[in-house]
Amino acid sequence: MTRQFLRHGWTAGLLAILALLFVFTKIIQPDFGTSGLDSLSRAMLPFAFATAAMAVVVIAGGIDLSVASMMAVAGVTAAVLMDGAGDGMTAVAVVIVLLVGLTMGAINGALIVITRVPDIVVTLAMLYVWEGVALLILNGPGGSATPWLRELIVGPFIVPWLPRSLVFLAVCLVAVWVPLKRSKLGLSIYAIGSNDLAAYRSGVSVGRTRIAAYAVCGLFAAIGGLTLTMSTGNGEPIPGPYLMASVAAVVLGGVVLGGGKGALLGPIIAVIILRLVRMDLTLLSVDPNVTTIVEGTIMVVVVMFGGVLAYRGRHK
Amino acid sequence: MTDQQAQTPLLDAKGVSKRFGAVVALEDASLTISAGQIVALMGANGAGKSTFVKILTGALKPDTGHVRIRGTERRVGSPAEARRSGLVPVYQEPSLIPDLSIADNLRLGDTPVADFQHWVHELGIDGLHLDDMISALPLATLRILDLARALAVKPDVLLLDEMTAALPTDLVEKVLDTVRKQADAGQSVIYISHRFSEIAEICDRATVLRDGATVGDLPITPGVEEKVVELMLGAVLDKDPTRTSTAAHRPEGMPRVTVRNLAAGTKLQDVSLDLYRGEVLGVVALEGQGQDQLFDVLAGMDSPTAGTIALDGKTVSFNHPADAIAAGLSFVPGDRADGLLMERSVHENIALPQLARFAKWGAIGMKKEAATVKKAIDRLQIDTRAQGEVQRLSGGNQQKVTIGRWIAAGVDTLLLFDPTRGIDVRTKRQIYLLVRELAEQGAAVLYYTSELAEVPAACDRAMVIFNGKVVDVIEAADADEQTLMRAAYGLTASAAVSA
Amino acid sequence: MTSETTMFKSVGRFIGNNPLVPLLILLLVLVGVLEFMRPGIVNERWIGNTIKFAIPLAMLAACQTLTMLTGGIDLSAAVAATISAFVMATQVPIVGVPLAICIGLIPAIMIGMVNGFGVAVCRVHPLIMTLGTGLIATGCLQVYQRFVIASGSVIPDGLAWLGTGRTWGLPNALILFVPIAILIIWAQRRTGFGRLLYALGSNETASRISGVRSWQVFLALYMLSGLIAGVTGLLYVGLIKAPSLSLVNPLLLPSVAAAVIGGTSIFGGRGGYSGTILGALILTVLGTLLTLLQMPEGLRRILFGLIILTVTTTYIRLTEQSR
Repeated sequence: MTRQFLRHGWTAGLLAILALLFVFTKIIQPDFGTSGLDSLSRAMLPFAFATAAMAVVVIAGGIDLSVASMMAVAGVTAAVLMDGAGDGMTAVAVVIVLLVGLTMGAINGALIVITRVPDIVVTLAMLYVWEGVALLILNGPGGSATPWLRELIVGPFIVPWLPRSLVFLAVCLVAVWVPLKRSKLGLSIYAIGSNDLAAYRSGVSVGRTRIAAYAVCGLFAAIGGLTLTMSTGNGEPIPGPYLMASVAAVVLGGVVLGGGKGALLGPIIAVIILRLVRMDLTLLSVDPNVTTIVEGTIMVVVVMFGGVLAYRGRHK
Repeated sequence: MTDQQAQTPLLDAKGVSKRFGAVVALEDASLTISAGQIVALMGANGAGKSTFVKILTGALKPDTGHVRIRGTERRVGSPAEARRSGLVPVYQEPSLIPDLSIADNLRLGDTPVADFQHWVHELGIDGLHLDDMISALPLATLRILDLARALAVKPDVLLLDEMTAALPTDLVEKVLDTVRKQADAGQSVIYISHRFSEIAEICDRATVLRDGATVGDLPITPGVEEKVVELMLGAVLDKDPTRTSTAAHRPEGMPRVTVRNLAAGTKLQDVSLDLYRGEVLGVVALEGQGQDQLFDVLAGMDSPTAGTIALDGKTVSFNHPADAIAAGLSFVPGDRADGLLMERSVHENIALPQLARFAKWGAIGMKKEAATVKKAIDRLQIDTRAQGEVQRLSGGNQQKVTIGRWIAAGVDTLLLFDPTRGIDVRTKRQIYLLVRELAEQGAAVLYYTSELAEVPAACDRAMVIFNGKVVDVIEAADADEQTLMRAAYGLTASAAVSA
Repeated sequence: MTSETTMFKSVGRFIGNNPLVPLLILLLVLVGVLEFMRPGIVNERWIGNTIKFAIPLAMLAACQTLTMLTGGIDLSAAVAATISAFVMATQVPIVGVPLAICIGLIPAIMIGMVNGFGVAVCRVHPLIMTLGTGLIATGCLQVYQRFVIASGSVIPDGLAWLGTGRTWGLPNALILFVPIAILIIWAQRRTGFGRLLYALGSNETASRISGVRSWQVFLALYMLSGLIAGVTGLLYVGLIKAPSLSLVNPLLLPSVAAAVIGGTSIFGGRGGYSGTILGALILTVLGTLLTLLQMPEGLRRILFGLIILTVTTTYIRLTEQSR
């Protein structure tokens, strides 16, 4: 009961912070409006998908250090396939990229299950592997993105204040997450994260579920990589700073490391908060390096506070 | 039971063997069970019982031998497959997912909800919602839910592993009733327990394992206990070690530990006791009457909400177990997994308390340490063949290690929380003898046990806690099971006596 | 078939008891392959060079090994090392060498202290805590850089001598490294502190019941890790001779890899520093080998990742057999 409240309380608290931040933004920058929202939302996309990817495996009791590298692979694959391709080919390219993502994730998961090496170690090794694959596909920034695809995340959607990129994010997440969470696979993902022995004894195929969770992670990472290519217009083989940021957002979003708890909404709100803080600091013309310090401090203070709360809860 | 039924066994395991590296866990284990039978699977710790269970339920594959279900050989590869073939286990650790609701747990295992609810009701648990999170429920309830979930899929063979271990006595009765009815309806049960009384009450036969092999299969008749113990131990033991010291022996002077009106958590309401040097004070209580909190507070694991603790007359308060240890209180937890460094050696486990203090962070005197550790190992007769990693030891030997570290550190006051739970008869007897010996050498021992029959053997007197309060103090001479049981249920005339 | 499996098992048991042997064999095989591909490359000079580059890696991997024994990890180690190096080098023109070295080590220890506080008192997962402090420290370093950009930086001759110099063909860095390595290997088994690292990694509740105040151990551990990282940074800048804002960062993941290849369990309670040293040597030789093959960068990284995976898998398989 209290647990239930705590979990929803956490998300509610995040929403409150987000609202306060928007008010604050409006105060320091009175012309903050549709275009500001649009660029914020677009800049957030790769972070949001990286976070979603990380959240799924963390709920399943794992972690994936190769998220950013997988995004790079997906990004360059998309850029190479779309280079000079027609509109029809672009759709095929998108499907291929998503399949590549699923495959990469499934390979990560399968290696963890088959080798029985701890997930941190396997995905650390795979971080190098996917980085290498991205470099083999494209040795430097290159390729291009089909214009109609790029426009998918530019400008407003129906009403002027609703950025298309935000709708894109919502559609992608809902399309994958809602059916997943309702399915038995989704339950199994929570189950193996919560207690894998109990899950095994309840008849859950732990190995297969773990592979599936990593495959979903790869899928989200691929969409994230795709949005990178969509927003920059070319493919970049060197992974961006998405690993640390995604772990931060997942923790801030109330997904407990160790698994079994949390959902996608909290982490996504956390991503928006972190991006908004960065934007506000830029608006206040704070040194971007100080911004990094502030971001890091927020993350550390939040996890320390959360840690103390969790510890007290356990010892009451 | 007719002969015909006996000829077509539901489950038939023959010649099962399993090795882990150099260790032979099972040599030649067999078990046959026909429809409508309840068979007790018995064996001392290290006899291979848990390996055998894992093989029967598909968690492990046997090296040799076969497991036949209804006469056809079944290579069971996972618990899910075992379930499909009609064999459903209920483990000591409830296999429910803590972070999911009851309903989600049922969905996960494809359990029919209506049947589940029927069995929950039958087993005497009310007031549950299907939306309740598993992590918010007490252990006893979880075990019942686990059992109800198993019963709901109508298993041919139900395997119960120490089903009654964490249950209060009223639930134990319900469980035994239900199990018996299950058998009367033609389904079979494999019943694993250390409690003879329960086995005598409901089982038809007992299959006994020793050193990885089935050494006997006996019908349950009055007085079969001695025979089973004999088979489990492999040699005739002398009779129960009834104590040599007289019960009239009552220590005098300043009590070592004085507790007054202690309260903690939600369970421990108001407990007072005096524990003297040279005595073993038993604590008897049904599950969840506040005894856990009493021990946690005395061990410095938890802080009291009210009341005082005094040692040798001086009031103390502990912020950390280290404070309690410094004051001479040593705690042996009920769960061995809480007490041991499983992947470290016997040596390191025993030496641990002596290195804990900041002042001991420097160089270790290896020779002195080795001598201390050896003394503890010798005194407790710990089997050190697998001493490289404690997790390779049998349960009984593991328990000896948790006690041994305090023997090595020098015992002053020992807090033992159910030290004989789930361990074999031989080790149990060794522990009684050790506890008596320590007391005779001047130690004060507080001894909680979930097995009432232990009280006269190990304790000088027993304090009964009911509903978080002391309801009776009984001298060992009078502490037969009926008396203790009545007191534990709060049925005594002389309520609320201070110990 | 049966004789093969028993042989496999006895090999596993042997390795379980002597985890260093297969690592040593792997190292020798790699050196052999190198010599086979380019006869004559393995000479005194090459050995000296390999050791020279393996030492900073092995020292940074000490941070990972010690924290991993308790089930933790120190992802801020590389940043701590970089800060120490950068602060020291930029302070030399201002305050002189001895004081600059002291000032340089202070931020590294402070990072360790914050890590220790978060892990020990607030019970934050070490992975998250050290990731966060690493992020903050990077930002601080960048801000700091703008204040000292005018005064320039100097690498003290002593550090350059230690980092790049040789005596009788052997790198001078050994003068620093050998005592540190011996101290760590001795401390992990023969001191109370070392034993408590294993104890906490194995079972924190059991350690608590036995009277261990875990916060003291964690705080000391992460500060020690920060200090070792700082010293590594000073040595490394002496080797590279150019302080930059991401000086030691490329060594972070290899340092984790070195500890893991060396047989330290990332879940705690198992392993030790001697394996890590071999792990660092293996990774360094592997690096040379891959450079020599003139592989494209992409393929090099793939191979590097696959080798970490293969080595740890083999190791786990072999030790599991003995159980």
